Amino acid sequence: MKTFLEFFTFQNPNVVYVVLGMLFINSSSALIGTFAFLRKRSLIGDAIAHSLLPGICIGFLFAGDKNLVFLLAGAFVSGWISIFLVDYIVNHSRIKQDTAIGIVLSSFFAFGIVLLTYIQKTGNGNQAGLDHFLFGQAAAISRNEILLFAVIFVIILVSVIFFYRSLILISFNPEYAGSIGLSVKFFEFLLTSLTVLAIAAGIQALGVILMSALIITPAAAARLWTHNLKKLLVLAVIFSVVSGIGGAYVSYAKSGMPTGPWVIILLSFITFFSISFAPKRGIVSRYFIQINNKKKITDENILKTIYSMFEKDEHTTPFSSVQLTSVRSFDTRTLNAGFNRLIKKNLLEKKNELFSLTEFGAQESKRIVRLHRLWEQYLLKRTRVDSDHVHSGAEAIEHVITPEIEKELERELGIEGMPKDDY
Amino acid sequence: MNDIFILLTASFVAINAALLGAFLILRKMAMVGDAISHAVLPGIVVAYYFSGNKTSVFLLIGATLSGVLATLIIDFFSKKAKVQSDAAIGITYTLLFAVGMIMISGWMQGNADIDQECVLYGDIALINMDKIMIDDNLYIGPRALYVELIAALIIGGSLLFGFKGFKLLSFNEDYAKALGVKTNRWHYYLMALVALTTVVSFEVVGAVLVVGFLIIPPATAQLVTRKLPAMLFFAALFGVVSVVTGYLIALWLDVSLTGMMVTVAGVIFGIIFTIQRIMKSSKPKLVIEFPSTK
Repeated sequence: MKTFLEFFTFQNPNVVYVVLGMLFINSSSALIGTFAFLRKRSLIGDAIAHSLLPGICIGFLFAGDKNLVFLLAGAFVSGWISIFLVDYIVNHSRIKQDTAIGIVLSSFFAFGIVLLTYIQKTGNGNQAGLDHFLFGQAAAISRNEILLFAVIFVIILVSVIFFYRSLILISFNPEYAGSIGLSVKFFEFLLTSLTVLAIAAGIQALGVILMSALIITPAAAARLWTHNLKKLLVLAVIFSVVSGIGGAYVSYAKSGMPTGPWVIILLSFITFFSISFAPKRGIVSRYFIQINNKKKITDENILKTIYSMFEKDEHTTPFSSVQLTSVRSFDTRTLNAGFNRLIKKNLLEKKNELFSLTEFGAQESKRIVRLHRLWEQYLLKRTRVDSDHVHSGAEAIEHVITPEIEKELERELGIEGMPKDDY
Repeated sequence: MNDIFILLTASFVAINAALLGAFLILRKMAMVGDAISHAVLPGIVVAYYFSGNKTSVFLLIGATLSGVLATLIIDFFSKKAKVQSDAAIGITYTLLFAVGMIMISGWMQGNADIDQECVLYGDIALINMDKIMIDDNLYIGPRALYVELIAALIIGGSLLFGFKGFKLLSFNEDYAKALGVKTNRWHYYLMALVALTTVVSFEVVGAVLVVGFLIIPPATAQLVTRKLPAMLFFAALFGVVSVVTGYLIALWLDVSLTGMMVTVAGVIFGIIFTIQRIMKSSKPKLVIEFPSTK
């Protein structure tokens, strides 16, 4: 608790730097990563991150010391070349994109390692700490660097806000964007440049390998919660920043623990949580939706069967479950559970082991059979589906026909009341 | 003599990786190979922690399993959780790599055998420290060489006996399924072999650079030929050429051996790619192209 208070009251100036650094780095990468994610180019971030290494080394060789501007400039150039090469290889040979990414990523990285060992051999005293770019050293963030990260963040934020509409179009439908006169090339250039910039900013704090997670993971987690792009961007940033600060705290509270990996662990935890419990798209809620659908289908099938039993008599007489299963076979347990639900919903009555439809139940059963037959008629009249197959088609779709589609079908077929079953 | 052992060991790394990488590339799973090679890290650390030895059988099995686990997680993400596949790969391997790094900093403080640098580029120059002696005085080569040799036998044997299965899996998975081939089994078998290669190569070339050996030589071979046996042969050949050339250049410049080997592999790819571009653009097109050849 004491370290917790110490950390979050920011008594230690280093804590302030690290937290601010995480704030800017993680927000930048989450913003730009969302677009990479939507364009299904997440692994490009991976390629860029690995490919920055030789650029950083060359920047160092030029500057002679760890001048951040030189290092970032080198990183920017080599990141850019790597993306250009990936696209060039994919467009001019049989090689697929992921292979091209792998080729560029590993050759650039290997070359970076070669340069790194070369620099180490030269005995330049300034090179100490250059290998932070491999694994990252969030605790080493200094005041000047914060300023630089803030500038990069502002550039990315302003570009995203300013070009928001165009970026949406480019991400979701580049062909359409091109056809209405947007310069797709320019915006792809912009997105790539911003991605390189965001990764270059974070690389010293998180290292080349973990940096790609900051591009990929926040958007993937946020995507499970919303369809709305604005909310998606905000959520991705929140997830990323929370894990960033959390990682910094773990590293502060327990000495010897690295910040970067803990950021990724927390981020992945959020992702696992989202995958499991997000409403609608999470595994748990999808499971429940599935179960409910199954129940609904059983109930409707029972009602339909009852209707067909008494269609000619125009009125229902009490029947036993054996009578029902002689018309259409149901699993006993499924059937009993279905009966119970129908009774609960006031669609069915039970007296001395015999069942009968309530008035509401009679209406409902008629409605479902009507939907089934409407669809059968539609398939028969408007499509080339064989009459042997229309029943199974209708069997599948009757449960999901909405009142709007029902009206549409009525209008299309000119049928009112109950369609006949006489095809 | 030590030079020859280093070259031999690295060549086996290159051959093993090239053979498996060819199938990965054909299955459009190059980045899964990348993911596996990062993901074996926690397995290696855990197994090392318990066995205290970098070459024990226990370690090999444990780490290989963690590579297979990575592919299971990726499949879980993309099939069950419906995360798009590129993101699934990225999430999985960064997570497992992060876990591995935390384990290293938590358990392996000050341990000289397993540290962050060797994760990245291995220490091929040091493999000769771990010698295998017969009768206490006859030196027959470093342990790593024999580990690679055994891996090569396993991989070579699997490919030889399972050639048809792997081929079907790579070129037409749906057709293979229709034939009744258990594609899932072949898939995980291939993944296990990839994991095994990255694990045995770990101490020689490191977890990250092995990706270069897995992907670059087979991709270069794919530029040269369309036939699978020829592709396998050229992939292995390019791998070995990169190893030897890279080794000589690295000695001359006094830089990282494995880094230079992979760099050379990349350069070879670049040269062949460029030559093909030039030949294509200078050749007048007389042949009628059929639209369905792609």
